Amino acid sequence: MKKRLSSLLIFLWTVSGVLAQEIPAPPNPPRLLNDFAQQLNVGERAELERKLVAYNDSTSNQILVVIVPTTGPYEIADYAFKLGREWGVGQKDKNNGLVILWAPKDRKVYIATGYGLEGAIPDAIAKRIVSDVIIPEFKNDRYFQGLNRGVDEIMKYASGEYKAEPRDRDDGSPSGALVFIIVFVIIIIIISRSKGGGGGRGGRGFRGGVGPVIFPYDTYSGWGRSSGNWGGGSSGGGGFGGFGGGSFGGGGAGGNY
Amino acid sequence: MSKGLIGVIAVVLIFGFFGCSTYNGLVGKDEAVNEAWSKVQSQYQRRADLIPNLVNTVKGAADFEKSTLQSVIEARAKATSMNINADQLTPENIQKFQQAQDQLGGSLSRLLVAVERYPDLKANQNFRDLQAQLEGTENRIAVARNDFNTVVKGYNQSVRTFPANLFAGMFGFPQKGYFEASQGAQNAPTVTF
Repeated sequence: MKKRLSSLLIFLWTVSGVLAQEIPAPPNPPRLLNDFAQQLNVGERAELERKLVAYNDSTSNQILVVIVPTTGPYEIADYAFKLGREWGVGQKDKNNGLVILWAPKDRKVYIATGYGLEGAIPDAIAKRIVSDVIIPEFKNDRYFQGLNRGVDEIMKYASGEYKAEPRDRDDGSPSGALVFIIVFVIIIIIISRSKGGGGGRGGRGFRGGVGPVIFPYDTYSGWGRSSGNWGGGSSGGGGFGGFGGGSFGGGGAGGNY
Repeated sequence: MSKGLIGVIAVVLIFGFFGCSTYNGLVGKDEAVNEAWSKVQSQYQRRADLIPNLVNTVKGAADFEKSTLQSVIEARAKATSMNINADQLTPENIQKFQQAQDQLGGSLSRLLVAVERYPDLKANQNFRDLQAQLEGTENRIAVARNDFNTVVKGYNQSVRTFPANLFAGMFGFPQKGYFEASQGAQNAPTVTF
C-alpha cells in the first residue's frame, strides 16, 4: 500500500514536472534573448540582447527572442502565445510585445504579435518576414543572421507605433546627461590645465588625455538608443527592466524550413 | 411574538443582503462572458470578411473548379447568418454556432488544399498574404474560444455552487455552453510548404 502510494506520488511528480517544463519560467533577471537550446554563441547573444534592450528603452516595444529545442505537444503558434501571455511580454496598457520563437528540433519559427502590434505588423507582414528574411538564412545554417535580420525588419515596421514612457526619459534624461557631460568636460579641462601648468615633464603625455573631451559628444549622439555606454548612470546599467504584462490574441505568422 | 418578528426580519435581511452580493457577483461574471463572446464573434466575423477577397483572388488567378468555391461561399452564408446574442449562450446554441463555423472551416481547408495544385496561385503575393491572414485568424479564433471557455467555466462554477445556485435560479442566470474541440478544429486551414 505504502509502496503504491509512493509510486503514485513519484508518477504525479514526474507528470507535473513534465507539464511544468513545457513553457519555461521567465528568466531572473529578465532577459529579452533567451537561448534555452544553446544555439548562439556568447557574443551573438550579447549583441542581440543589447539591440533588443535598446529598442525596448527607446520605443517601449518588447521584442522577445526565445529559442527552445522543441515546442513538444504544442503547435508552435500556441506555444508562442502562451509564453507571451505567461511572461507578460509588452506593456500592459499597450500590449506591444512580440515573441520570436524558434524551435530548432522542429525546424520551425514563429512570430507572435501582441494585440497592440497587430496593426504595425499584420499577419501578412509577419509571414513575409519569416519566409523571406529569416527562413532563407536558416536554410543556409546562418541562424544568428536570420534572427538578427528578422529583428531588424520587425523594428523597422514597429517603430513609430509607440513611444517610450516619459518615466524612461527621467531615468536617463538627456538634459541631465548633458549637464553631466559638461561638468565632466570642464573637470577634465581643469585637471589637464592644472597638470599641464604643474610641470612640463608630463605635458606631452597629457595631450592624449584631452581625447575624452571629444569622446562624450560622440556618445551623446547615440544617447537615445542606448544607455549602456554610461553603465554607471541612474538607469541601472542599461539592463532590461522587466516584462510589462502585455497580452496576445493570436496574431502573427510562422513557417518551417 | 415580537422576538419572533425580529428573528424573521433578521433572517430576511441577511438573506437579502447575501442575495444582493451574490447577484452582483454573478452580474460581473455574466458581463465577462458577454465580453469574451463578442471577441469570439468578431474573430469569426473577421474570417468571414476575408473570404470574398480570397474567393476573388482564387477566381482571378486560376481556372479553379467551381464546386470547391461554391461550397465555401455557401458555408460562409450559412455561418454569417448564424448570430447568437450574448443572452442566448445555451449549450445547444453554441453547438449550432460551432457546427456552422466548423463547416466553413472545413470547406475553407478543402479550398486551400485544392490550391496546392496551382503553383501560380500559390506563388501569387496577394494569395500568400490572404493565406497568412486566414491562418492568423484561425489562431485568433482558437485563442478567443479558449478565453471564452475559461470565462464560462468560472461563471458556470459560481452558478452551480451552493448557495449561489439558489439565487442564480431565482434571478435567471442559466448555465452557458462551451466550445468543444471538434473534427472541424482539425480541419482548420493550415499552410504547407
